[in-house]
Order: sequence, then C-alpha cells, then structure tokens
Amino acid sequence: MTTQSLPRENVAANGGTDLMRRVLPWVIAVAVMLLVPWLFYNWNTGRHSGFVLTMMSEIGLMAIFALSFNMQMGQTGLLSFGHAILFGLGGYCTAHALNGVKAGTFWWPSELIPLIGGFGGLAFGIAFGWVATKQRATAFAMITMGLGELVAACALMFMGFFGGEGGISTDRVTNTSIFKLVYDLFGLDYRSLGINYSTPWQVYCLVVAWAVIATLLMRLQTQTPLGRIANATRDNFERVQFVGYDPARVRFYQFALSGFFAGIAGGLYCLVYEIITFDTVAAAKSATALLAAYIGGAGGFFGPILGTILVVLLQSGVSLLSNAWLLYVGVLFIVMVMYAPGGIIGIIAQHIPIVRIGRMSELIVPYIRVLLPGVLLVFGFVLLVELTSFTTIGAAQGKHFKIGIYVVDPNTFLPWTLGAAALVLGVVWLRLESRVFRRKWDALIEDAKAKGAML
Amino acid sequence: MSELAISLKDVRKSFGRTEIIRGVNLDIPRGQRHAMIGPNGAGKTTMFNLISGRFPVTSGTIALNGRATDGLAPQEINRLGLSRSFQITSIFPRMTVFENIRCGLLWARGYRYSFWHLLGGQRALNEEADQLLERLNLHTRRNVMAGLLSYAEQRALEIGITVAGGANVILLDEPTAGMSHSETDYAVALIRSVTEGKTLLMVEHDMSVVFGLADVITVLVYGEIIASGPPAEIRASKAVQEAYLGTEAA
Ligand SMILES: Nc1ncnc2c1ncn2[C@@H]1O[C@H](COP(=O)(O)OP(=O)(O)O)[C@@H](O)[C@H]1O
Ligand SMILES: [Mg+2]
Repeated sequence: MTTQSLPRENVAANGGTDLMRRVLPWVIAVAVMLLVPWLFYNWNTGRHSGFVLTMMSEIGLMAIFALSFNMQMGQTGLLSFGHAILFGLGGYCTAHALNGVKAGTFWWPSELIPLIGGFGGLAFGIAFGWVATKQRATAFAMITMGLGELVAACALMFMGFFGGEGGISTDRVTNTSIFKLVYDLFGLDYRSLGINYSTPWQVYCLVVAWAVIATLLMRLQTQTPLGRIANATRDNFERVQFVGYDPARVRFYQFALSGFFAGIAGGLYCLVYEIITFDTVAAAKSATALLAAYIGGAGGFFGPILGTILVVLLQSGVSLLSNAWLLYVGVLFIVMVMYAPGGIIGIIAQHIPIVRIGRMSELIVPYIRVLLPGVLLVFGFVLLVELTSFTTIGAAQGKHFKIGIYVVDPNTFLPWTLGAAALVLGVVWLRLESRVFRRKWDALIEDAKAKGAML
Repeated sequence: MSELAISLKDVRKSFGRTEIIRGVNLDIPRGQRHAMIGPNGAGKTTMFNLISGRFPVTSGTIALNGRATDGLAPQEINRLGLSRSFQITSIFPRMTVFENIRCGLLWARGYRYSFWHLLGGQRALNEEADQLLERLNLHTRRNVMAGLLSYAEQRALEIGITVAGGANVILLDEPTAGMSHSETDYAVALIRSVTEGKTLLMVEHDMSVVFGLADVITVLVYGEIIASGPPAEIRASKAVQEAYLGTEAA
C-alpha cells in the first residue's frame, strides 16, 4: 500500500537471494517489454507492427510521466492539475534541440536526447515550483491549474517557441548515435550497424531503456532522505517542521525533480512522434497522468505504471473499436475512486493478508460469482453506450455497428431492450452476489487479523 | 552561552481580541525538569506553540539558549535545539514506526534534503533509530504503519520522534494523557530516561507524574503565572490550591 520498502535486514546472511529478489522483477519487465512486440511481428514482410510499437512506446513514456506525477501526488500529497506543462515543455525543448543538432548548431548524442527534455522539465519545474509549492492542498491544486491554462494559452500565442497550432516538427534521425562514435573510434563502418533511430523498433528500444532508467531513479529517490521526508510532509506537514524541515522546501524539491522526469517523458514523446503540439501541455494531458495514477493506485510506487498500461490500452485499443472510449475511461475512473480508492495496486495489496494465511483459493468461487453479473452489467452498459454513440457520432460518420458479423441496427427496438435488460439484471444480481462476496471476504480478513497476517 | 535554556519576557498572545497569554515571565535553567500545570484553557498549549514558533508572539520576547527566537520558523527553532511533542498525537500515520523515528533523526544527522543518499545504506543512522525503538519498547512494532498502533504506543512514538534528533530542550504536551496507570508509569520512566541531562518543559495533568518528575512547577491560570517553585512549595501554596489544585489535591 505504500511507497516504502522496508530496509534490508540480514543483508550479509541472504545477500544473494535478496539481490535476486530485487533485480528479477526488473529483468522480467524488460524482457516482457522487448518480447511483446515480436508477438505482432509480421514474418512475411519482416516488419514490426507499427501500431503495437507506437502503443508500447506510448505506454513506456506515459508510465514515466505518470510516475513523475505521482512523485507529487502519492509521495508528497500534492494534487497537480497542470503536470503536463512540465511534460510538454520538456518536449518542446527536445524538439528545438533536435532541430539544432540536425542543423549542426551543436552536437548531442541521439541516445541522450531525452535528457534535454529532462533538463527543460527541471528548469520549468524550478520556475513553476517556485510559484506553486509555497502552497499546499487546494491552493496548490488551483495554482497548478492556473499555470496549466497559462502555458496552454502561451503555446498558441508564442509562435517562435511553440509553433502555434501546427506545433514544432522535427526529425529524430540526427546520426549522432553513441554507437557511431564508438564505431568511428575503431575505424569500423558504422552504417553496417544500422542504428540511427529511423525505425519505430529502434526508437522503442530507446524508450524502454529510458523508461527503465527513469523508473529506477524515481524508485531509488523514494528511498532517499528527501523522498522519505516527502512522505512525512504528505502525512503531516506540520510535524515535519518540528523535526527540522521546511515543508515548502520539501514540496519545491519534489516538484522540481518530478519536472525532470516529466521532461524526460516529453523528450521521448518528441522522439517517438517527431512532432510536438500544444496538446502536450494541455489539461487533457495532465488529466491522463492523474487518471493513470489514480486507477493504478497512487499509494504504491508501481501503481501508476499499471494505470498507464490500462489507460493507454483503452486509449489506443478501444478507441479503434469505439467512439466512446473516453467515456469508458471516465466511468472506470469514477468506479475506482468510489469502490477502490487505492487503485489496482490497492486491490492487490488487500489480498496479501489472505494469501499469507493461504486461503486465497477460497476466493475463486466467490470471484466467479461476482464476475458473471459483472460481465452482464458491463455488457448491458457498453451496448447502450454504443447504441447511443451510433445514433449520433456513428451515424454522422456513416459507420455500421457490428458485433462480429452481425450488423446491429440502432434504430430497432431489440438491441436497446437487450442492453437495458442486461444492465438492470446485472446491477440487481451483482448486488446480491456482492453481499455474499463481502461476507466471505470479511470472514477471511477476520481470520487474517486473528493470525496476525494483516501487516 | 546563557545558563537559561528558555527565557520568556512579558510574553503576550492574543487571538483576535481575546488575550490568551497575559504577560508571562519565565526562566528555565539548563537541565531543569519543569512542569507547567493549570486548568483547561489556561493557555499551556498556546505557550508551547509560542515557544516552538508555531505561532508568533503578540508582544514580548522568547529566548532559547540565550538567543531570541522571534521571527524564526518552527524548523529554524528546531535546528537551534528545541523539539516538541503535541497534545493531540502528531505522527506520520502512513509510514512505518521505524520510518517515523528515522524522520526525527534525518535533519539532526545532517541529511537535510539529500536525494543522493540511499537510506538503506546509512548504517549508523538506521542503528540509531533501531536503538531508540528499543528504548521506546516499540522494536517489536518496527515495521507496522504508525497509524495502526494503539493509542499508548502512538504516544510513545510521538515522544520518540521528539527526542530522536537529540535536541537539548524538550517540550512535551500532556504526554501521559489518556493512558492507563501502568502505561503512565512506563511513560514516566521513559520520559525520565530520554530527557536525562536535557531541559524538559512539560504540560501534565496527572499530579503524581508532575510531582514525581518535576524539579520546578509553574502554575498557569488564565494566561498568567500565579506561582512557580519546587513541588513542595507549590503543594503548600494557598493561592494554587484555591485556583487550581483545590479540587484535585484535596
Ligand atoms: N489558534 C487559536 N485560535 C483562537 N483561539 C485559540 C487558539 N488556540 C488556542 N485558543 C484559545 O486559547 C485558550 C487556551 O487554549 P490552550 O492553550 O489550548 O489551553 P490549555 O492547553 O491550557 O488547555 C482557549 O480558550 C482556546 O480556545
Ligand atoms: Mg493543552
């Protein structure tokens, strides 16, 4: 449930396995990230799926962004409504730097381009943090919202830096790879290597590398004095003063550092899309970080990553199938805030005591029993939403509502009745089943408490 | 340096139009265990808030170890060697017990706002925190979220956070309030041991605690000191009995 891991004990005794336990999840994560695109590899044409690579690049960079958001929210208790300005401005800095490198104004290795975004984000984090972090809670939230609007307005006003509506286009192929440097040093033919970040796969690899580096750094940051005092400031900002810390300073440093990581994400965005437009600084982008952090769980370090995966999948995947994808994200958000304020990671954490007492298997049947009405409910809801969407936007776009091979006509009675019936039945049935589930759950938690497995 | 740990000169504090602290003069020499007693609403907690910098004084001066503290922020006063606890338990509920104590240590051990030290590797710091946990008898609860501790445990933790940094002036606001007899006995022993050689100013309602622990007792009534002296003198004082002790000590 928390961003803290307990300090190591008996490091000498089990140092090896301890190290394994810490490193293994990272290795697995990297392996998964590098292997998944190959599932969609087209062996006939010898090409990666551009869609999958873009989506996974988006997940990688948005995960950094959401984690940097959580440096403020989960870690320091600062709810920002304008976090995207640090992301977007980092992106703009990167775009200008890329264009500078391309034009030969200065030299900078391709692999370290996102770092320019990071420094840009840091600089703006210092500037905006200076203003915003004097306050906390609601006042802080309001100031960040104001700053967000301010920067978004500037993005359309100052053509030179922001490029107006069209944004700043750029070309990521600068031929300044570190590999080129090394090859040139040994007098080898660099072109035979073929690394110049012209392909989505190569850029994706860069995103993965930076995602790992940034995540690792942010993770380590939680274990530093500043990271811990940020938690303390979140919990009880008054008390922090009486152990020698200035809470405004703590907020400021956290804000600035989170700007650095948001900027790295913005830099990667610039590399992936080769264009940066004003929507990267806009409120909707800020909201994405907030949604990802909340849905994944702001209370655990890795929560925002889970949230990002879900949100981006909805964004990229469901948006292909449905005009109403944003509505689903919104509903998911509301449901999570209402029923699982700890997010996905919170739900997982709640199960740990039950796993500890070894009674997890007893939950399988209750879970299936709530899943059935749950599926029915979701089916009914989605059907109604899609029917509505097809009578309005869909009709305007001249699309047909297809489920598999069946074409559904939203102007007939049957699908509406079906949807409404499924929804109502699902709700009623779920209420009944959830009571049964609740009873079982409470009994298990009671047992876990009795056995001292709660913590 | 001054022989006085705390020195108050004609300190006054008003909230709006009501004057809550009405001209307090008080000198507490270094190393003294000083108790402040008085009826509810007398202004004892307000005195703590003034001394620790939580509120500014309306007029008068407060000196800590001979240095005037007006205009200083609470953290600056803390860095001068004053640490306080709160009447209403004030800990870091979503951090572990160990983390709570370590937070109390960080500034004092020079870590400041560092984001380049990994705390897991700071052996001396972690050992110090663990040692304090043992003295507080909280070592078995080391990795529990502080918010889940029992009330008495939270009070002990609060004292721990307060003394962790090694401040030489300690202010404790009703440290044993709401505790059972045995818990109180334990808390008194704890306070005695962790404030050894330090200046202690405490607010306390339990007279057995006050008379057992304090070298000097000050009685505050309606924002004014009506008596100040050794326990025996206070116990014998007619004025004090009438104003305050009457009902309880009779
Ligand atoms: N922040 C504040 N604003 C207004 N009045 C306050 C404030 N703090 C304390 N008071 C008032 O000051 C008086 C003394 O309170 P306090 O110092 O808490 O008393 P004690 O600790 O002796 O019981 C009370 O009447 C209380 O209502
Ligand atoms: Mg009080």
